[in-house]
Amino acid sequence: MSVVIKVENLSKYYRLGVIGGGTLREDLNRWWAKARGRPDPLLQIGMEDHGNREGGELWALRDVSFEVREGEILGIIGRNGAGKSTLLKILSRITAPTTGQVKIRGRVGSLLEVGTGFHPELTGRENIYLNGAILGMKKAEIDRKLEEIIDFAEIEKFIDTPVKRYSSGMYVRLAFAVAAHLEPEILIVDEVLAVGDSLFQKKCIDKMLEVSRKGKTVLFVSHNLSAVKALCNAASLLVDGRIVFCGDVEKTIERYVGEDRLAGQEIDLHVIDRETAYAQEIIFDKITFLNYPIRFGEKITFDVKLKTTEENRRFHMLDFGVAIRDKNLNTVIHCSNRYLDINFDHLADENSYVFEIDNTLKPGRYSVVLFLRANEIVQDWLSDKIVIDIEDGNPYGYYDSAQIQGVVFPCFSVKMIEARA
Amino acid sequence: MPSTVPSPGLNQKDWTQIIQPRDRLFDLKLRELWHYRDLIVLFVRRDFVSQYKQTILGPAWHLIQPLLTTIVFTIVFGKIAQLPTDGVPPFLFYMAGTVMWGYFSGVLTGTSGTFTGNAHIFGKIYFPRLAVPLAGLLSKLIAFGIQFLFFLGFLAYFMLTGANVSPNAWALLTPLLLLMMACLGLGLGVIVSSLTTRYRDLTIVVGFGVQLLMYATPVIYPLSALPESYRLWMLLNPIAPIMEIFRYAYLGAGDVSLGLLAYSIVVTALILWIGVVLFNRVERTFMDTV
Repeated sequence: MSVVIKVENLSKYYRLGVIGGGTLREDLNRWWAKARGRPDPLLQIGMEDHGNREGGELWALRDVSFEVREGEILGIIGRNGAGKSTLLKILSRITAPTTGQVKIRGRVGSLLEVGTGFHPELTGRENIYLNGAILGMKKAEIDRKLEEIIDFAEIEKFIDTPVKRYSSGMYVRLAFAVAAHLEPEILIVDEVLAVGDSLFQKKCIDKMLEVSRKGKTVLFVSHNLSAVKALCNAASLLVDGRIVFCGDVEKTIERYVGEDRLAGQEIDLHVIDRETAYAQEIIFDKITFLNYPIRFGEKITFDVKLKTTEENRRFHMLDFGVAIRDKNLNTVIHCSNRYLDINFDHLADENSYVFEIDNTLKPGRYSVVLFLRANEIVQDWLSDKIVIDIEDGNPYGYYDSAQIQGVVFPCFSVKMIEARA
Repeated sequence: MPSTVPSPGLNQKDWTQIIQPRDRLFDLKLRELWHYRDLIVLFVRRDFVSQYKQTILGPAWHLIQPLLTTIVFTIVFGKIAQLPTDGVPPFLFYMAGTVMWGYFSGVLTGTSGTFTGNAHIFGKIYFPRLAVPLAGLLSKLIAFGIQFLFFLGFLAYFMLTGANVSPNAWALLTPLLLLMMACLGLGLGVIVSSLTTRYRDLTIVVGFGVQLLMYATPVIYPLSALPESYRLWMLLNPIAPIMEIFRYAYLGAGDVSLGLLAYSIVVTALILWIGVVLFNRVERTFMDTV
């Protein structure tokens, strides 16, 4: 298979802060101060003057190189801010790279958003033409596909009504129908497309699969791991603007889930950076696994120490939740004292809570979510910061556990009932 | 790391698209624009159709606008201020000015909002950005066509009633004059729109700037009415010869000079060139600053 996208040492640099100054006076001011060798007068107090007049700088992408072959469905995964959207914008020519280049062979269709350029005053039919042309279709091409598009969107009755009178559902259906009938050789899809109602999501994914079955190349940018896994046959992982891993989907996802996670028998939790959205009057201090490593089929037992951040504060009505998630971040197990109708009041500065969870999990890597609500507000929440490994094995005595599918290995029996002659 | 297998038998020519930090400075991307010609046509249609949806008079506004302006000018400048009109009936004189100036100012103001007004589309999808101002230019041209026919109607009426007007062979230059007006409007417009991505001040300037520019152009007065010492300055304005030739061609009054026309063509080309260079530069990164 030949290479259809070749990305070479692509970098994108953003200057922060300065861009906000949008009036000529401010720029002249800044220029005048610079000419006299004074510090930037418009710099925010407390912000360092870097001399190059930049309040901050950011390499959204750094030396990114990869290739996509014909017919490949490449998933690009990464956290928010890893550079996925920037990469997408460069590939779809919305913004230019700072250095490096991208070579592309074939017609690119990029779906960063459906319904771009829809004009509310125009009818559905008029908008099909307009939107189709914006996406790069010729008029003759749209003529040919018009019936099909209208059918797909299921809006025959309203096709000559201005789209401003459409319900939001109709609007999205029409927009997607147009996009879906664009026949690019390379399709670039943003994850935002995959949000929306589940029916729409399914249509979206079906369309991508159909495109790829025709041997077209798809680039799918997402942090929805299940979608990437279901769709893609190759993946790349972006971390802080760099490609850190490229290749097999499973391995890439594993690597992604494993990024900056903590593992071990005893883990200090108070050192982890937390989102400030939570009250943090009482926090997870430490987790200790009582049997470690965790063997297959053995109960998962751990002790979590909760500590108040101020002395002598008391907490009532604890809701202490624990979730265990698989490598696609699907929750497999979810426990809380609430479900057992047990009430905890935390009446000391430090208390330990012990969980004992039955385990039939398939061997492999899982992440743990810890959640705590007390005094009726969310106090602390650690999502997927801790990983655990379930050691290899299965309850059946089978020689190769990896061959057995599924998420759990429950005990089962099977027997044959012979038909009586 | 990414696969390092060399791609067999591929050289630069096989790539349909190469995305790089900078394009060549002056590149109209005519081939690409041609590919998107249907889009330009649809944009024109959109501008035209959506402008008059839910209006009672619809496209008739194209006629009402210049007509009312002409009447007001005739009363204010002709009757009250009694500005000279080179012996031409004031109504025709002002109408010629209004219709021609209207095209220029329409293209200029329309184009100047290209980036700021289309940021929501430009941020989501690529197509040659020049398609937007070009479409604006064309839809204004249609409006001009209607108004021009309207003007010709009045011209015929005045001639039949024996007014002192004499259309002549210079009228054959009309397409060139229009093209120059279009290029000037487009050039200035893209310069403004490129700069507004950084300096929003310019959006305010354009509004009254176009008004002021009209007074600095022989639209409501003939060039001959200017004192000799001002006239030279006035001729630096590349629009002045266009207006004068246009009026001379249809009304038979005005100053015509091939030298000035040539000067005007050179300035027009220069403005258009600067405009396109700026536009090409801004086009590639403006999404980062808007």
